[in-house]
Amino acid sequence: MNAAVINIEEHFERVRPRLFAFARLQLEDEALAEDKVQDTLLAAYESIERFNGQSKFETWLFAILKNKLIDEIRRRTREFTTDFDADQVAEIDEMFDERSHWVSGQQPQKWVQPESSYLHEQFWQVFDVCVFHLPKGTARVFTMRELLGIDTEEVCDSLGLSQQNVWTMLHRARLKIRGCLERGWYGREEIEL
Amino acid sequence: MMSCKRATEQMSQKLDAPLSLLEKMSLGAHLMMCGKCSRCQKQLEQLHRVCQKRSETST
Repeated sequence: MNAAVINIEEHFERVRPRLFAFARLQLEDEALAEDKVQDTLLAAYESIERFNGQSKFETWLFAILKNKLIDEIRRRTREFTTDFDADQVAEIDEMFDERSHWVSGQQPQKWVQPESSYLHEQFWQVFDVCVFHLPKGTARVFTMRELLGIDTEEVCDSLGLSQQNVWTMLHRARLKIRGCLERGWYGREEIEL
Repeated sequence: MMSCKRATEQMSQKLDAPLSLLEKMSLGAHLMMCGKCSRCQKQLEQLHRVCQKRSETST
């Protein structure tokens, strides 16, 4: 047992810089990356009997580290996406007053660095939550038109809807998603883009 | 003068089909007067562009 432990430590010290570099790249946080590498070492000690020697020791350590990183990234996205409530986004009728002007508090706010948002995976998580909260039919029309790039005539034909109907649905979808993204993403000044 | 709600309908429709000359003119006049709707129009266009980027990168 002692020999095996010494062996792991030796191996581990050799692989450690590569594990650390990998974790830091994924997490963009040096201290957290160091923690995850430590957790990996601990987990490796505890489950050394499961290392069957068929894979390389390094590959085995990387597999443990990857699982730790996946858990960490999942935890972060959960924290991120659940702290805004897409149900709170106003309906179209609540956005405009009886004269069909913007209700104060519902008018569009300034967006922080909007153009590069599509590069962020978290943006698309918020986006998907927003689309998911639309009524089913509206979400389908919006997805066909905006994400699949199908023109409105074809959307009408394939769903058996009138042109006016589709335009109305797209109008509702866009305004709701605009409001939802503002709440969940663009209005959040603390996000560095 | 066109209402804000109507203006948002037109700016949405503009992303799907060209507006008639008359529609363009009345929307344009509204946007010149209304900062809230101009901002809304920019954001809807932005949303449209970002969606296109997503479909480009996922294929």
